Amino acid sequence: MSEKEPTGTEAATPNKAGNSVPGLDFNGPWKYDAAPQSSDQIDLREQYDLFIEGHFQKPEKGRYLPSVNPATEETLSSVAEATQQDVDKAVAAARKAYNKTWSEMKAADRGKYIFRLARLIQERAREFAIIETMDGGKPIREARDVDIPLAAAQFFYYAGWADKLDYAFPGRKARPLGVAGQIIPWNFPLLMLAWKVAPALATGNTVVLKPAETTSLTALKFAELCQDAGLPEGVVNIVTGTGQTGSLIVNHNDIDKIAFTGSTEVGKIIMESLAGTDKKYTLELGGKGPNMIFDDAPVDQAVEGIINAIFFNQGHVCCAGSRLLVQEGIADRVLQKLRDRMETLIVGDPLDKNTDIGAINSEQQYNKISEYLELGVEEGAEMYQSSCTLPEKGYFCRPTLFSNVSQSNRIVREEIFGPVLTIQTFRTPEEGIEKANNTPYGLAGGVWTDKGSKIFKVGSKIRSGVVWANTYNHFDPTSPFGGYKESGQGREGGLHGLYPYVELVPG
Amino acid sequence: MPDRVNVLKTYKTYIDGAFPRTESGRHYKVYDREGNILANACQCSRKDVRRAVVAARGSFPGWSDRTAYNRGQILYRIAEMLETRKGQFTEELERTGYKAKRAVAEVESSIDRLIYYAGWSDKYQQVFGSINPVASSHFNFSLPEPTGVVTIWAPEEQPLLGLVSVIAPVITGGNSCVVLASETYPLSAISFAEVLNSSDVPAGVVNILTGSRTELLDPMTSHMDVNAFFYTNPDIEVQQQKQIDENGALNVKRIIRKPMEDWQDKEAKSPYFITDFQEIKTTWHPVGF
Repeated sequence: MSEKEPTGTEAATPNKAGNSVPGLDFNGPWKYDAAPQSSDQIDLREQYDLFIEGHFQKPEKGRYLPSVNPATEETLSSVAEATQQDVDKAVAAARKAYNKTWSEMKAADRGKYIFRLARLIQERAREFAIIETMDGGKPIREARDVDIPLAAAQFFYYAGWADKLDYAFPGRKARPLGVAGQIIPWNFPLLMLAWKVAPALATGNTVVLKPAETTSLTALKFAELCQDAGLPEGVVNIVTGTGQTGSLIVNHNDIDKIAFTGSTEVGKIIMESLAGTDKKYTLELGGKGPNMIFDDAPVDQAVEGIINAIFFNQGHVCCAGSRLLVQEGIADRVLQKLRDRMETLIVGDPLDKNTDIGAINSEQQYNKISEYLELGVEEGAEMYQSSCTLPEKGYFCRPTLFSNVSQSNRIVREEIFGPVLTIQTFRTPEEGIEKANNTPYGLAGGVWTDKGSKIFKVGSKIRSGVVWANTYNHFDPTSPFGGYKESGQGREGGLHGLYPYVELVPG
Repeated sequence: MPDRVNVLKTYKTYIDGAFPRTESGRHYKVYDREGNILANACQCSRKDVRRAVVAARGSFPGWSDRTAYNRGQILYRIAEMLETRKGQFTEELERTGYKAKRAVAEVESSIDRLIYYAGWSDKYQQVFGSINPVASSHFNFSLPEPTGVVTIWAPEEQPLLGLVSVIAPVITGGNSCVVLASETYPLSAISFAEVLNSSDVPAGVVNILTGSRTELLDPMTSHMDVNAFFYTNPDIEVQQQKQIDENGALNVKRIIRKPMEDWQDKEAKSPYFITDFQEIKTTWHPVGF
């Protein structure tokens, strides 16, 4: 079939090179009006303290970090920087709560508190979504429809487990571990909090949580919910700060378990720090997800899937489908459709409901992505970016596609964590699988084909913790998530997500 | 003058389904509990470890691809082979200083342990997998898959039962492994390799080395193509434990430590020994017309 065959709905328009090719008419009548989500109702304090033992407390050293809206570069608020004494206090509070209340409480009651948290998030969902968008730069559509509902659902799911743990582990009884130290990233701030806090509480542990320094606000808002829910003091403690605060948590002697989501680089440092101790740990680390498109795939759906796989949340997704692997016969057609589709993506104000790609989370991340874009060109890859205009202020990056890459290119091997896709081709399924697995990572991968048997064969060969067949980037509280190889250890979500927070003893 | 001069056995290593000597050409003496010399054992080197890991990695795709039923049958076959050589293993344990009754008990428990795990081969997926009721129109399920290549320190005591107890759950789950035998009592391990070799276990799935733990700790735990390290020493020094963990951090290796005093204990076998070397994979599949 000719790759230039018009599909009927597309008009033949001249492209930039002036050749007449079928494509979408980007200069046509379809313009989007601004559809801003109002942030008038949002009530942010100028300064947030640490949430320890049920109260907001000033940091001992009195230091605060600005929290910047990456779409406007304006400071939204400032958050405390926790140092050793603050972390000590938080851990002591968590220990006390563990000993005195939380582990003594009836499991069903523990569950009821967690149900309350789920409900409170639902009630204030829009507020949380707006703050998430302002603080982190993600499109309001995603914060509103994905992050916040999933966070509420996570609490709702694990709440129900609290008094049913005897059914979860065949032949064993579960005991809580004690105090869990949890360190979460900036890409899905409230959702990652929910992934960590909900299972820890349901299994009877107490927590000291550190949100990322660029996106602490929804965690601090969540602290308010803990107060509203009447959660016993010290069960949840939130200490804000940089990686330095994180390492204080990792190295604290009175913490029994570390749960970390972030880069593989930092994950390895944490493993080293924990060497020789009996602390348990789970790590959810980086990825370089292969997204495999077979020549019998429904191409239009696959193109949507590719877009969602890499441009969801500006590509700040550890399981992003950042390596596109297309079967050779349809490669040109997929590439053309992909470019056309990229051209229609709206990059801009995260609070606009039509926005597809929001702001890069921070200046630091923006610089990192920019370095990779330069590197890709230096490595000899062919770069394509959509022609959209970017806002003058804020950190924005055009959706980017690199073709003509090889397996050894750094842009193919390293996690960029931005809206940057590389494309490789393969001829046989075996070659595709070989390429898919040629990485130290193993978090997630996609398979696109109309043939059911192929899905299961390829899916079973991809060495990664999640396989999306004819879809990508779906999440659910009941669905375990986590990596093979250097993408981490342990699972979050589902029944398997209970294991990291319990010790199993003979039943 | 004896009627016949006995033929003594040379104890070598077991790599990729063959019985080579260590590439280093070194050996160490193996004694019984009275201090009498029993045999020479290979003192394996870093290079032997590397060779064994290559063999293990090579066998992994084929072994993990076998059906669960087939792996169960092969585990059962190992038990059958061990049963037919009960006398040999009992005698070998006695030569190291075991009392006859205890030696028989250890061999019999080893056989039974293999049967135990043979029976798990097609059940742990059902017990530890799940179908997840996601709130969207997808069919979503989670299944355990083998972690990959596992390096193992076999227990120092109970040289046969300990060895079988650490190998069986790892290979039942579809992994391949490189095992360092008990340093003090390595002979049963090499004899067990003969059992494996006649039990339809594909070459490379189990590789058995002998030598010094201290020397081989580093290559066994720092190798970048090893996915997990398994040890059971109840009395490991903190410094060694730390080094194991630090080496594990190099490639996010799963470090599994199950301190076990007595492998006859009823807690010395369970499906959780299998799941420690499994990764949960979750697959999403759309549902619709």
